[in-house]
Amino acid sequence: MLHIKCPHCGMRSQNEFSYGGDASVKRPELNKEISDEEWDNFVYNRKSLRGKHLELWQHLSGCRQWIKVERDTATHEIFNTYKADEEIT
Amino acid sequence: MSQKFRLENGGLINRDKKLSFKFNGKSYYGYEGDTLASALIANGVHLVGRSFKYHRPRGFFGAGVDEPYAVVQLYRNNETEPNIKATEQELFEGLEAKSVNCWPSVNFDIGAINNFLKIFLPAGFYYKTFMWPKSFWYRVYEPFIRKAAGLGVASTKHDKERYEHKYEYCDLLIAGSGPSGLASAYAAAKNGARVILAEDKPRFGGSLLTSDVNIGNQSGEDWANSIISELKEMPNVIVKNRSQVFGYYDHNMLVMSEKVSDHLPKTKKHHPKQRLWYIRAKEVLISSGSIERPLVFGNNDTPGVMLSSAAKEYLKVYGVLVGKNPLVFTNNDSGYETAIEFKKNGVNPIILDSRVNPQSEIIDEAINLGIKIKFSHVVVAAQGYKKVSSADIAKISDDKKQLGTIENIKCDCICVSGFWTPTIHLASQSGNKTKFKEEIDAFVPGTSKQKETTLGAANGIFTLEETLKSSFTAGQDLSKKITNKDNKISFPNVVEKISSQHDKFWCVPLPKGKSYKRFLDFQNDVAVSDIEIALKEGYRSIEHVKRYTTLGMATDQGKTSNLNGLQLVSDIENKVVPAVGHTTFRPPYTPISIGAIVGREVGKHSKPTRKSPMHSWHEKNNAIFVDAGVWLRPRYYKQGSETLFEASKREAKNVRTNVGVCDVTTLGKIDIKGPDAAELLNRVYTNAWLKLPVGKARYGVMLREDGIVMDDGTTTRISENHYHMTTTTAQAANVLSHLEYYLQLVWPELNVNVVSTTEQWAGAAIAGPKSRKLLEKLFPNNDVSNEGLPFMGYMESDLFGVKARIFRISFSGELAYEVNVESNNGQFMWEKIIELGQEFQVQPYGTEALSTLRIEMGHVAGSELDGRTISYDTSLEGLISKKKDFIGKRSLNREAFTSSDRQKIVGVVPLDKKTSIPEGSHLVKDAQAPLPNKKLGHISASCWSVEHDNPFSLAILKDGKNMIGEKLFVMSPLKNKVIPVEIVSSHYVDPKGERVRS
Ligand SMILES: [Zn+2]
Repeated sequence: MLHIKCPHCGMRSQNEFSYGGDASVKRPELNKEISDEEWDNFVYNRKSLRGKHLELWQHLSGCRQWIKVERDTATHEIFNTYKADEEIT
Repeated sequence: MSQKFRLENGGLINRDKKLSFKFNGKSYYGYEGDTLASALIANGVHLVGRSFKYHRPRGFFGAGVDEPYAVVQLYRNNETEPNIKATEQELFEGLEAKSVNCWPSVNFDIGAINNFLKIFLPAGFYYKTFMWPKSFWYRVYEPFIRKAAGLGVASTKHDKERYEHKYEYCDLLIAGSGPSGLASAYAAAKNGARVILAEDKPRFGGSLLTSDVNIGNQSGEDWANSIISELKEMPNVIVKNRSQVFGYYDHNMLVMSEKVSDHLPKTKKHHPKQRLWYIRAKEVLISSGSIERPLVFGNNDTPGVMLSSAAKEYLKVYGVLVGKNPLVFTNNDSGYETAIEFKKNGVNPIILDSRVNPQSEIIDEAINLGIKIKFSHVVVAAQGYKKVSSADIAKISDDKKQLGTIENIKCDCICVSGFWTPTIHLASQSGNKTKFKEEIDAFVPGTSKQKETTLGAANGIFTLEETLKSSFTAGQDLSKKITNKDNKISFPNVVEKISSQHDKFWCVPLPKGKSYKRFLDFQNDVAVSDIEIALKEGYRSIEHVKRYTTLGMATDQGKTSNLNGLQLVSDIENKVVPAVGHTTFRPPYTPISIGAIVGREVGKHSKPTRKSPMHSWHEKNNAIFVDAGVWLRPRYYKQGSETLFEASKREAKNVRTNVGVCDVTTLGKIDIKGPDAAELLNRVYTNAWLKLPVGKARYGVMLREDGIVMDDGTTTRISENHYHMTTTTAQAANVLSHLEYYLQLVWPELNVNVVSTTEQWAGAAIAGPKSRKLLEKLFPNNDVSNEGLPFMGYMESDLFGVKARIFRISFSGELAYEVNVESNNGQFMWEKIIELGQEFQVQPYGTEALSTLRIEMGHVAGSELDGRTISYDTSLEGLISKKKDFIGKRSLNREAFTSSDRQKIVGVVPLDKKTSIPEGSHLVKDAQAPLPNKKLGHISASCWSVEHDNPFSLAILKDGKNMIGEKLFVMSPLKNKVIPVEIVSSHYVDPKGERVRS
């Protein structure tokens, strides 16, 4: 079980969180004309990375904030966690 | 029966307390402090089971967790448990156990015929033999394997025992209470660290209980006891025996199984049987020790052949002799310790040492005691079927290739020592890449992967002084980092005997013309010849060899067989062991009962049960409840001897003719506040929301980004910047997360707050033609006329002094209202509705009637919004705004979503107007068509229409738009039904929607 540092609450066990996928995906702006390909890339296409991955988690059974977690998908090492609006360095 | 192999004195057992027990129906006695194994050996019982494949007789091989043979079926307190190691099971009064894997009895075992047919059962025999013909698998092979190859029988009864889970945090978790565990725990505890010290056995001390050493002028055992009693007194230390740390998971999470009551005849009241500890440790010290390695020779699986360390443990801990005429076969000094213990207790052992001319203090001691030693000698084969009766021994050449003349000597046990294998499982589980240590011919942990440090024998350190020194230091240094304290402890004086070099020899060659089975894996019956065949057949990777031969795959997971298997592969392949590599260690280290894993999350405890504030009223009024997610909802209210069908029909009918009241508290409710609340709703729902006036409700549908309908519900504008959203019961949590996702990550610029208020409001739906009359009674001071409170209107009011919200919304298709009051007033509201509704024949209705009402009016719910349907499919496309963008809109352009013959919701009526249609059935054009019959759609929901008094169903049907009036067939192979049906509109009641607006 992972141990994740919620930037709002501190270290918490994985079972308080739910996983939200790749954090680098940006939703296309509303009312913007975009190609099928761009839309498909947003809705469906994800890379299955081995290594460092910036991903979303929600502290569901805690502060309910969505956070960003930089995690190694192979070793589960967590390098850093960020608030939703935090600048990622 | 007397205990013929019990010594007069000695051991750590309590001789004042005699315990009676039964094994295979026969009665015996043992003492408190015995294991089942030690008590059986004391009684001269060595035959405990049959092996897995060849059903060869099996005795005892070890004295603890490494035991591959003595697996029994245990009977305790009217329950039975399989896969129990007799070497771990503590004796209690009245214990009963039976052999497994033998039929009809352990002494006469039909499966043993396999032993004589073993030519047919070589490596990979499962793969080869049971492959062909395919049809034989279910009928012949599988039943055969199941009957012949079990390691016990699981109980089919409900397990009444309680299993608990516990979560704990600590600075240092120390796995194993041998010298390294005790030393590190003591040093860390003195530094103020929070320490958990875990020992899998009942007694603390590990090897100190059996070795002849002296620490600080005390015996090893006394030193261990004094450290443990001091640790137990310290508030920052948890000391646990009978507790196995069996898994090392991510981020320093370890799991430990504590056997709280397994050593008792019966679990004490309010105690669990076992407890699973989830421990998050800052530092982990692995002091799991080492396991003695077997030596491989002919018939080395015969009962009476056992590890020399086990023989010594039976002697020193239990006061039991494993034999009175022992042969010790060793390649290192450890065998001598066992021989010396025998000699001290009046038994004359013979030592066979494979080494040419070893010299050490302990060898001198053995010689001085007059023990007979034969250097450069080996056991070629054990003789005897159900118990060792003699051994064929021979001199071996210095290069270990040639055997001299074979001589047969009498003996009743053979104690083997092939040196030591560090127990590196936990370190390996943590991700540590282990390395091969040439000096000890074994793997030891490499660089730490997580926060683990491996100490003592587990780290390949076999001298006590070095073990204690490095462990004191580790405990001190690691705790200092955490507590910033530096409490120096003086290091005790250690007296021990230093061993000489072990022999790099482990497998006795076959003498010419002999074909003895030489076993590597004692539980799975994997012999040297099996590995040879696997390699000849081209298997190279150790992982493949393991699976092909099943080496190390039994319940003992190869604790004693692993390294010898690797040695053999590397010898045949002419490689060094590290080049072969070892198979991966995975948790659990030792079998864990399913009950412990599940803990208390059994049955109704597996999730919380939510009850509405009106629950006790429902109970008192004969409600039959149904699980709706985590909620308990009344399914129907039983009157007299009514069936579900009769009651729900009555309740639904009463809504259509009079008025009914339904508890809708479980509906998801989300409070939405902020200046941008309307904008959020406009982006989340498919229809327009910017112009909804205050005091009005609107029905909305929300999509996922992939265009599939996610949920529906009404949202009401309470005031300028305040909305009240409702969701379906099932999707309530997902919708809240969905809104939070967009507000926090996608559109943080929107100034809106959302919070769940599901449990803050109690809800009652009042539906039926007489509902307004009832409402007038409930709210005499309000104008609830069609003008005062029109369809989709909202008002705040006062229910006899209680704040109330009234929504004019309908799920049933009738004139209907929903009244919400704060939860604590729910019961009051409900009783008022029932009381004042009497003159209008009000009746409560449950979920079954609720479903009937919504199905026959064609209102979609979870069974239609099933995660596969879009707005068009559920006839909600009218709510899609062309003017604005919203979540999922771009997906609706996808080709499949716009195709002209797309599936759509329809109504289905059986032609005979009698036969009920099973939900989930398929719709087909031709009932006689050959299989697979092309499916046109499926039945999503079925009811008995109270409006038309015949069965009615909803279906999602291909090209449903153009199918109205068609005759099709409903097929349910599950229920063996074929029903001719007609497709009708999904709106079976009041298609124009006049009633809700009346
Ligand atoms: Zn948090």
